[in-house]
Amino acid sequence: MTAMSTRLTVPRRRRRLAPYALLVPTVVVLVLAMGYPLAWQLVTSLQQFGLAQQFGQPAPFVGLGNYIRLATDPYLWTVVGRSLLFCFATAAATMLIGTLLALLMRAVPAAVRIMLQIALLLAWAMPVVAAMTVWTWLFDWHRGVVNWLLSAAGLPFQQHNWLQNPLSFFAVAAIIVIWMSVPFVAFSLFAGLTQVPEEVLEAAQMDGATPAQRFWRITVPIIRPVISIVLLLQIIWDLRVFTQIKLLQDSGSIASETNLLGTYIYQLGAGSSDFGTASAVSIFVLILTIALSGFYVRSMLKEDKA
Amino acid sequence: MSSSRVVSTRARARYSTSKVVLSVVGVVVALVWFFPVYWMLNSSLLSNVVLTSNAPSFAPIGGSFDNFVSVFQGGSFLPALGMSVVIALLVVAVCLLFAFLAAVAISRFRFRGRTGFVLAILFVQMLPAEGLFIAQYKLMSSVGLLNSVIGISILYIASVVPFTIWMLRGFVAGIPADLEEAAMVDGLSRTQAFLRITFPLLAPGLVASGVYAFLQSWNEFTVALVVLQDQSSQTLPLWLRGFIQASASKAIDWGQVMAASTLVAIPVIIFFLLVQGRMTSGLVGGAVKG
Repeated sequence: MTAMSTRLTVPRRRRRLAPYALLVPTVVVLVLAMGYPLAWQLVTSLQQFGLAQQFGQPAPFVGLGNYIRLATDPYLWTVVGRSLLFCFATAAATMLIGTLLALLMRAVPAAVRIMLQIALLLAWAMPVVAAMTVWTWLFDWHRGVVNWLLSAAGLPFQQHNWLQNPLSFFAVAAIIVIWMSVPFVAFSLFAGLTQVPEEVLEAAQMDGATPAQRFWRITVPIIRPVISIVLLLQIIWDLRVFTQIKLLQDSGSIASETNLLGTYIYQLGAGSSDFGTASAVSIFVLILTIALSGFYVRSMLKEDKA
Repeated sequence: MSSSRVVSTRARARYSTSKVVLSVVGVVVALVWFFPVYWMLNSSLLSNVVLTSNAPSFAPIGGSFDNFVSVFQGGSFLPALGMSVVIALLVVAVCLLFAFLAAVAISRFRFRGRTGFVLAILFVQMLPAEGLFIAQYKLMSSVGLLNSVIGISILYIASVVPFTIWMLRGFVAGIPADLEEAAMVDGLSRTQAFLRITFPLLAPGLVASGVYAFLQSWNEFTVALVVLQDQSSQTLPLWLRGFIQASASKAIDWGQVMAASTLVAIPVIIFFLLVQGRMTSGLVGGAVKG
């Protein structure tokens, strides 16, 4: 450490304490805004904490009561299953489309590639709430352009309400999430593809390897690290689609039939003031995320060491 | 293509038709992806009469900026804009300061607890707002900071600072400590050397992380929804939400909603284009050396 050699000019003790002093502001704000709520949440998840407690009554400890009640509540499992299904389906579709677009960007002339890049960047840059208002307008049952186009093509979509039926609600939500997430995947994989040496692909081609073989045997193994990190981030991000689901629910659908984990917690906490149960579900979501993040954090840490 | 030498003429013809087909596919995909953004701009320029007519207008012919004018005259836009700007500036300033100090600590010092700290910020960065927002609401209500700029800013700073540290760490590490030492040999104090030599080299990193913090704070919806419930303390995302709430049951002036969305989106799109590269490489790290 070359930086260490300068300690001659600074008293030893101050050098030793300096890094800790530099971390104090960050640690304080993290403990205040995340550590304390987390601790409160852990405690509250073990309590019966409802409306009465909101008005000052002491909260009785119920041990794992909230968790047991939740674990035996079929509705929670419906929401969990729905969330995981939505998460995996959108993440898989996003990866597939993103990979295809990255390959496409490599294959087309520069002008077309730039068009694609501009379109993807704009979609990526859109603030999520603005994107949601636009998509709500596109899918508006009365004057939406989607219904108009489908009707013009002769399909029975006049005045079709997409958000009423849970299945088409989630189809619309998935389209929006995919539209917003594909650009990140496409750009990351496109950058990854530039690492694949052209000579190796050419050599394989001369040896008679088909395009499919070249892709699966050469390209994929080389860009595997990018693929795995991007896929993992997609899964983690697609578990937290609160904004999209909440705003679609706002514009007219039955919440109980369309809740995912985020909106369920919101409904429990902000809607029915059942903070004990809301805390227990929150803890579940946090544990799920931390378990999923483990791999990502490990690979990032490796980079930090390097 | 240096391999064209070995490719026969017939294969080359096939190659160029496939290139044409792929180009067509590329253009179509680009148009599909661009369409929602285009539709936002298009609708924002059209009057409600045109928008509610039987067939949609695909170009803003005969359009005007009337929708934008009525958004400004509506009275609730400017307060929400003010709220968003103040929060964003506060978050950016405090985040940069805190993150900068922490980035110096982890990239210039080896100390006990360093790995633990790095591990902690990486995990915190992944935590979803939905996992904590009910507890954060209770915290803010118990200290009387609901609906306040300070309250929400503290929550935003905590959620943005980990990734900001991670981004800045790379920049600080990229500046050789030798440079500072050379300046110190020439008679500058450690602080002077830092401010005159290292700090200017850090500027691009500070800009990139500052824009990242700005975007996060500007776009945030989830935490704002629970902590800023008063109409008077709404940020722009909450204000926008007000337009489409219960859109199934009431007539919506879509032209105005799209004008409002455009106003919210424009600063974001400009800033985003500035830092997109940095954010990608920060997220996927060493896996991509673009």
